[in-house]
Amino acid sequence: MDIFGIPHQAFLGQIMLGVVNGAFYAVLSLGLAIIFGIVKIVNFAHGAFFMAGAFIAFLLGRHLGIGYWPSLIIVPLVVAGIGMVVERLLLRRIYGLDPIYGLLLTFGMVLVIEGGFRIAFGSSGYPYAAPDQLRGATNLGFMVMPNYRLVVIVSALFVCAVTWFVIERTSIGAKLRAATEKAELTQAFGVNVPLLLTLTYGAGVGLAAFAGVLAAPIQHVNPSMGSELVIIVFAIVVIGGLGSISGAVFTGLMLGVVEGLTKVFYAEGSTTIVFLVMALVLLVRPAGLFGREES
Amino acid sequence: MAEPAYQSHDQSHLAIRGLKAWYGPSQALYGIDIDIRPGELVTLLGRNGAGKSTTLRSIMGMVSRRTGSVMLAGQETIGLASHVIARKGIALCPEDRGIYASLSAEENLMLPPVVDKDGLSVEEVLEIFPGLRGRLKSPGTKLSGGEQQMLAIARILRTGAKLLLLDEPTEGLAPVIVQQIGAAIARLKDKGLTLLMVEQNVRFASTVADRHYIIDRGRVADAITNETLVSDFGRVTRLLGV
Repeated sequence: MDIFGIPHQAFLGQIMLGVVNGAFYAVLSLGLAIIFGIVKIVNFAHGAFFMAGAFIAFLLGRHLGIGYWPSLIIVPLVVAGIGMVVERLLLRRIYGLDPIYGLLLTFGMVLVIEGGFRIAFGSSGYPYAAPDQLRGATNLGFMVMPNYRLVVIVSALFVCAVTWFVIERTSIGAKLRAATEKAELTQAFGVNVPLLLTLTYGAGVGLAAFAGVLAAPIQHVNPSMGSELVIIVFAIVVIGGLGSISGAVFTGLMLGVVEGLTKVFYAEGSTTIVFLVMALVLLVRPAGLFGREES
Repeated sequence: MAEPAYQSHDQSHLAIRGLKAWYGPSQALYGIDIDIRPGELVTLLGRNGAGKSTTLRSIMGMVSRRTGSVMLAGQETIGLASHVIARKGIALCPEDRGIYASLSAEENLMLPPVVDKDGLSVEEVLEIFPGLRGRLKSPGTKLSGGEQQMLAIARILRTGAKLLLLDEPTEGLAPVIVQQIGAAIARLKDKGLTLLMVEQNVRFASTVADRHYIIDRGRVADAITNETLVSDFGRVTRLLGV
């Protein structure tokens, strides 16, 4: 069976690969959206923390023999810790200033973090093996899917679901939503908002590191792997609407698929399509698909 | 000595001396002096922009800078962050009611952390504001104006704060709702809570309060008892320009 003259295996195959990419976009844009919503910082360093996640997993494996599964837990926690220190020492100083300071500061962090890894480990990158039990592939009927990529989809969606649950259904989530909406009043009720900001930044960059560990076996672990991705992820957050959590996840998955489909129909356009969608969405809905217009 | 200082009646629950406050570069308060004894209900009267709401916000530490002295139950709070001040047993019901759109009414109610075990239970709060009972699952801002005002007061009763700051609790409400709010405020006073209230509605203020401060251009212009306000209503309202 052909769809628009394209074998349906190729068609569905690209959709599945699009979902894999979309899963990364979803986790990364989720972290960005949370940080922007609550900390009000456009975290340009998100890609650097993603890269750091992949690198730390690689280094833990090479020097300490710590495998993939423990790394998937340890690395996000380590990076979250680093993020919390960064928030306390650096970001805290620029709250209340023009947003451009946040952009400049986090962009400066990208240069420092990426430059540091480049000096220490070179630019060429390192392979990171998926765990043995995830080697091989599963025949889904319409395509043969590497097992590891199935795990990527499932774990990314699981993390997004957990994050959504924490924010929408728990009392700490209610405090986060309250601090997003009226930070000053929420603090005046006795909620330790400065601590919430620290934890949120940590959780957001921890999510980026989680995506980094997931990506390590697929991509070459190298210092610039984050900055290539983060531009697309920024476009996705803009399309979904800044600060919208479910919007970020949905838009991430959707644009992964759109990108995959573009590869089928017009491969040359696959790197541009996200920005085309962004331009169209901004023309029609300036606040993004799921964003609320500022009143 | 283990007892909180404010239980002794010769001491103020809230004592403010020379309070100055700024929003960014612009000064809003020029030296406020206020004393409130435990269990008193005191209002701040004054024209729009006189600094009444700013006084409440400054007490909570919600301004960019403040100097002077704000003693709460004998403890200085001027250098503290606002969440630390709140945990010393003081709670604000803000001017715009401060209901969160992204939280359900119930989440709004449960948001402020309990600061003292003496706080009312949810059941006791709903007994004071029975109208809220059926609305708990609704998004906070889908409630009517009166319900939102009740929710805003109910929310701070749960915390156990002994000093409540109410910013224009009757603003924009229908007379029948104003009556309900007034009855609820009287009950809170009967429970022994200390209340500091900003009020534009001077007649409403005169039905519930013990004393009044008149605020003008960021200073205390006058302090009068409720008897004076009632007997001299015409002069005071002219002074306030209301």
